[in-house]
Amino acid sequence: MAETTTRELLLRPIFHRNPIALLVLGICSALAVTGKMDTAFVMSVCVTVVVACSSFVISLVRHHIPSSVRIGIQIMVIATMVILVDQVLKAFLFDLSKQLSIYVGLIITNCIVMGRAEGFAMNNPPKASFIDGLGNGLGYGFILMTVAFIRELFGSGSLFGVEILKLTSNGGWYVRNGLFLLPASAFFLIALLIWFMRTVDPDQQENN
Amino acid sequence: MKLLEKLFDRAAPHFQPGGRLHRWFPLFEATDSFLLGSGERAATAPHVRDAMDLKRIMISVIVALLPCVIMAIWNTGYQANSALAAMGLPCPGGWRGHLLAAVGCNPDSLVSNLYHGALYFVPIYLVSVLAGGLWECIFNLVRGHEMSEAFLVTSLLFALILPPTIPLWQVALGISFGVIFAKEVFGGVGMNFMNPALAARAFIFFAYPGQMSGDQIWTAVDGVSSATALSTLASGTPGHALSNLHISWWQAFIGTIPGSMGETSTLACLIGAAALLVVGIASWRVMSGMLLGGIGCSLLFFMVGSEVNPMFSVPPHWHLVLGGFAFGLVFMATDPVTAPHTFTGRWIYGVLIGVLAIIIRIANPGFPEGVMLAILLGNVFAPLLDYFVEQANIKRRMLRHG
Repeated sequence: MAETTTRELLLRPIFHRNPIALLVLGICSALAVTGKMDTAFVMSVCVTVVVACSSFVISLVRHHIPSSVRIGIQIMVIATMVILVDQVLKAFLFDLSKQLSIYVGLIITNCIVMGRAEGFAMNNPPKASFIDGLGNGLGYGFILMTVAFIRELFGSGSLFGVEILKLTSNGGWYVRNGLFLLPASAFFLIALLIWFMRTVDPDQQENN
Repeated sequence: MKLLEKLFDRAAPHFQPGGRLHRWFPLFEATDSFLLGSGERAATAPHVRDAMDLKRIMISVIVALLPCVIMAIWNTGYQANSALAAMGLPCPGGWRGHLLAAVGCNPDSLVSNLYHGALYFVPIYLVSVLAGGLWECIFNLVRGHEMSEAFLVTSLLFALILPPTIPLWQVALGISFGVIFAKEVFGGVGMNFMNPALAARAFIFFAYPGQMSGDQIWTAVDGVSSATALSTLASGTPGHALSNLHISWWQAFIGTIPGSMGETSTLACLIGAAALLVVGIASWRVMSGMLLGGIGCSLLFFMVGSEVNPMFSVPPHWHLVLGGFAFGLVFMATDPVTAPHTFTGRWIYGVLIGVLAIIIRIANPGFPEGVMLAILLGNVFAPLLDYFVEQANIKRRMLRHG
């Protein structure tokens, strides 16, 4: 891992080592907030900020963290970042913060954040850790936005709240598909995405 | 026939590996064995002499389903004709009205009922076969699998558990989901852990609740509200739910009530059950387990009683003839692929489904009917049940022979 370029650090987690599709982390929020594009977008931004900043900070102090209590210290850094993000959301985007409800707070337990802190930031310099966190956040956001795009389009006939397919309830032709409004549909969609990504990039397939 | 045979023999080399058309072998094989039968013999041990192969099992299930199909067609027509007669209307509009003009819409006429019902059932069935068959073909061609008769059963089962008024595009969407997500992604015939027909129904049930539940959909006449017996009961007076119901037990048993097309007639299901049990395809353990579980659970609720929930006061013998209980028991729960393979496992599985179906019916105000969800849940538990039964057996033998 040592000889990777900045470009690779940033772009690899988006497709080739996607935290959701390949490592299957952070599924919980990917199911919960992908009903609409705008919540998914805000969530993606929040997670990206938290992963990047917490990786950066943890990497800065990595030589001073005793190995026996490192998880606790990582959690403290992450929790601080999440609380900051949550406060900013409450101050400037109150409605969306209401819709995201508990899931912003739950970023603390998002395995992607912990995973990058433990797996990368503890052994790498701050700048690389920041870029790596950014890349993983974008990878998470890529899956979230794709899933939310399909769910909102077919479930509500709209994107970012703007009507695309006119619903029958408004006199249009499109019958909304209620399944896509249920979190369970994200399972199918993520599974399909994983299928697609592994077909395009066979390196991701496990050996049988 | 000789000519046909020669034709196929001459074409065969092209479809063998290395031949020009080897990619299309599954289609060739399917047509060949459909027209001429399969000449394949087992080449390696073990050699089991049994006329019962997958082909015959699936065809037997279809034969066993025929009474349900006939009742489905007749009852769909009967319900529609009765509703029209009650409103004093002659015949419905649209293309069905044109076709019906020759025989008229008379609920007392067998021909008219069958004809009217067929105008609803046949399109749904055809769409189910074509849309699902298309996916089946695509997956088999890509994978080089042979076509299997199992799909004929799936598509027929799916058509039978739909309401007559379902839009045809939803049928196509549902069966596509069922075939792809419940069967093909797990490896095709025999590898699925969920019943594809039920998964397909569950998909449209959750995706389009407006077309899959409520009072408007069970009779194929526009604007006619006819609640299923179960939802009538659920809205009855607590303690005396049956007083609300205007059908007799025998009507429910024979199946002249509104509901999903194939599920209404317990009698037809029983004939099918007898056929399946005689030829030894369906497991009597699953059937008895589900029957016992259903009776036991509903008896318990009946004896406990409730001040607020009318469903508590429905006696067990009513539960058995209403909704999809009989159909699910005979044709869905017994699916050999998705049921457990151990004998003890089958008992537990049956009881589990029976109990769950009744609990969902009675205790869950959201769904008037619970058989579909109970069987799907049972499917999910089947491998686990097998595992525990096996482990228990291993442990027992270890103790004995230690």
